[in-house]
Amino acid sequence: MNALGAAALTAALLTSIYAGVAALIGARSGDRRWVDSSRRAFYALMGLMLVSVVCLEAAFLRSDFSLSLVANHSSTTTPTGYKLTAMWGSQAGSLMLWATVLSVAASSVLFATRHTHREVAPWATAVMAAIATFFLGLMMAGALFPSADTFPFLTLASPPPEGAGLTPLLRHPAMAIHPPMLYAGYVFFTVPFAFAIGALITRRLDASWIRSTRRYALIAWLFLTVGLALGARWSYSELGWGGYWAWDPVENAALMPWLTGTAFIHSIMIQERRGMLKTWNVSLIVATFVLSLLGTFLVRSGILQSIHAFGESKVGLPLLILIATVIIGSTILIISRLDDLRTERRFDSLLSRESMFLGNNLLLVGLALIVFWGTFFPLISELFTGQESSLAAPWFNRYTTPIAIGLLFLAGVGPLVAWRRVSLASVKRSLAIPLIAAVAVTGLLLLVGVDFEPLALALFFAAAFTITSVSQELWRGTSARRSLSGGSLPSAFASLISRNRRRYGGYIVHVGIAVMLIGVAASSSFQTSRDLRLQPGQEATVDEYTVKYDRAFTNLNTEEVSKEQKLAFGAVLSVWRDGEQVALLSPEREYYSGVAADPSAPIRSFFEGEATSEVGRTETASRDLWTAMQPDLSSFDALIDKGDSRYARFAATVPQNDPAAQAVLAQTQGELIRALGAEYEKQAPPADIRFNVNPFVLWLWVGVGISVLGALFALWPGAELRRRRVSDVYAARLARELSEV
Amino acid sequence: MDPARKRQIRLVVALSAAVLLAVALIYTSFNAGTDAIEPSELMARADDGKSYDVTGKVADGSVERGTVTRFEILDRDGTEGAPVEYTGVVPDPFREGREVIVTGSLNEQGVLVAEKDSLITKCPSKFEEEFGDDPNVEIVGG
Repeated sequence: MNALGAAALTAALLTSIYAGVAALIGARSGDRRWVDSSRRAFYALMGLMLVSVVCLEAAFLRSDFSLSLVANHSSTTTPTGYKLTAMWGSQAGSLMLWATVLSVAASSVLFATRHTHREVAPWATAVMAAIATFFLGLMMAGALFPSADTFPFLTLASPPPEGAGLTPLLRHPAMAIHPPMLYAGYVFFTVPFAFAIGALITRRLDASWIRSTRRYALIAWLFLTVGLALGARWSYSELGWGGYWAWDPVENAALMPWLTGTAFIHSIMIQERRGMLKTWNVSLIVATFVLSLLGTFLVRSGILQSIHAFGESKVGLPLLILIATVIIGSTILIISRLDDLRTERRFDSLLSRESMFLGNNLLLVGLALIVFWGTFFPLISELFTGQESSLAAPWFNRYTTPIAIGLLFLAGVGPLVAWRRVSLASVKRSLAIPLIAAVAVTGLLLLVGVDFEPLALALFFAAAFTITSVSQELWRGTSARRSLSGGSLPSAFASLISRNRRRYGGYIVHVGIAVMLIGVAASSSFQTSRDLRLQPGQEATVDEYTVKYDRAFTNLNTEEVSKEQKLAFGAVLSVWRDGEQVALLSPEREYYSGVAADPSAPIRSFFEGEATSEVGRTETASRDLWTAMQPDLSSFDALIDKGDSRYARFAATVPQNDPAAQAVLAQTQGELIRALGAEYEKQAPPADIRFNVNPFVLWLWVGVGISVLGALFALWPGAELRRRRVSDVYAARLARELSEV
Repeated sequence: MDPARKRQIRLVVALSAAVLLAVALIYTSFNAGTDAIEPSELMARADDGKSYDVTGKVADGSVERGTVTRFEILDRDGTEGAPVEYTGVVPDPFREGREVIVTGSLNEQGVLVAEKDSLITKCPSKFEEEFGDDPNVEIVGG
């Protein structure tokens, strides 16, 4: 099967080269047969990639350690679900993911546009084929240069009996889906990028390339949103520091295309409606695509220090060359087409929908530039001063918070303002209720005694404004619909929003972002965080809460003693307020015996391998009680060494080639570990406990959920698309008949 | 005012806003940036009160855990080092011999007092332990 997978991958490379060449011949000669053939080559590419992925996943499921990838990233004891997801824990696996998602996205857009875009589509096909060829070439080059670690089917001449396993930190449901979501987000931006390039080459710079690919931009946005949220969720529940965002370079790398992609989704509407901002739109999609490549590059290159920096890699240079090619090529192309990119109209008024969109674009791109500057500052400062210097979260927050507030405010104003121009009086009328609501909410917050944090209050103000203004729009539309066609309120509402899914889906996203930012502002401005050091029986007071360390507990995989994998030391903490227990939390610290560990010291190796935190928390609408703990095991050192020496003495007497005796030995190890666990429960050492009260964090996740639903709603094929599809078919048929005449 | 002139004014306003933002960005970043140095450089710069990102290896046998975690951070080549006092979460992969980054400033006793939660451990090597250079690697297919 491994040979089949490798063969499919080789064929995929040849197919993508063919698709590119055929598309180029078709584009230059106008011969449809070549164009059709290149499109079909992409379908074949998708099939080959899927075969190859299935073969690789089968190897993971079989724990086939003759594949270096499987041996390095999985083990027989890795849970089945994580065996499947271990593929993208590796460099070669993530390249595989990139190429596969690209083949799917490209096939889908080529299928959807097979009767249209006769001029643009062949060039777009060539661009997508070139990118696919790059990633497939990178993988196949790994077959020639094994040390590059890019070929997924690299085999080991002498397979190890057991694999290295997946890093325990990554054994989390959010982590299993987070990487493919981000990659899918990056990859889907390839589609609008490729069509933009096609439109530039053929000078077909009306909005038709946008109409055919905007859905893909929205899908990419959706994937990136989910990917970013899952990463934040993972950080919050798996890393013991208690936050969800740290302005880490790799987080920023995923945020930047999200920001420019969000700007793109808004600004293309101006081109569709008014024929304006053409240069801006093509530049924006080029920037978004470049930032997506940069996201891939940053994770893999190790040029910036980060928790994500997976060690230095050899794909950095090729990726950098690709990025440089895309930037230089696109810039030259855009400059040479400036005449064709001339706007069809000018802005009529500052008080118009298009001005609001422009404002939102400037803020989003400004935000992306700030994040870019901050992320690359270590390199920039080294270039200019010779001294590497980095920027921390406070620097980022200083700029991003006011801009986020401005954006949120615009998200509420935009829907109130019509295209072209509106009178000041009508804007005032629409603004009245949302402004009153925002003032009322902010006043109420101050009345109930919320601390005076100007930025947080400004954000709550903007959020209240936006939520009210969007609700007002929905209400107005519904009552207008009802007076037109009668019917009940809910049915009028349903018919209103289903008639313009894109607009109302967008409004729902605005509400979701407002709710999410409320969670972010509240939890970052009003958080209580305290580090405690407690022993069982002790308690500490943090503001109005009392934290009691009730007892210590251990958590072992006791089913199979010989396969002891995980050892967790935990603390049961009860949290009290006003004499009443409000929560019972059990944070724990998990230790894993790595396979690579020292076989002569099996107990010690638990504490030398990777350890993870399992956070103990309660989530409620008003606040999360969040705890992480770490026992101070220094007092256990003697005990651990004693266990190891006892094991070593016994192991020396056991013959290597006697399976029965080896089983007894393994059992002894399990018993020693259990004895250690029993000792921990009886006489737990002091533990470092972080106790956080995080207000409103739940709303962050709820807000993301609302946004995702809104985006899905906007994406769902509605009446408009179905109509268009039918008319497309007719148009294509007409074109065919005309060309045959 | 005629529209062309109005547009010009708008452009000037927008451009000056952009320039102002850029200047602020550049100024604050060079000002607020934390220099990345090695322990020996830290000792050489002594107690200038500035905050630094110190990158180095945790010296073997130097880790002392408690409310305050103490350890010694060594240059990559393992010669010179600085004692560190750290409070906050100790990252999971933190261990003797590992490469870490810690942010803080030197006090009068020549101890690097780290900012809370500033300790970062470079990602576990196990994550990308490579069989790549292993001579027994062989290619199938291709």
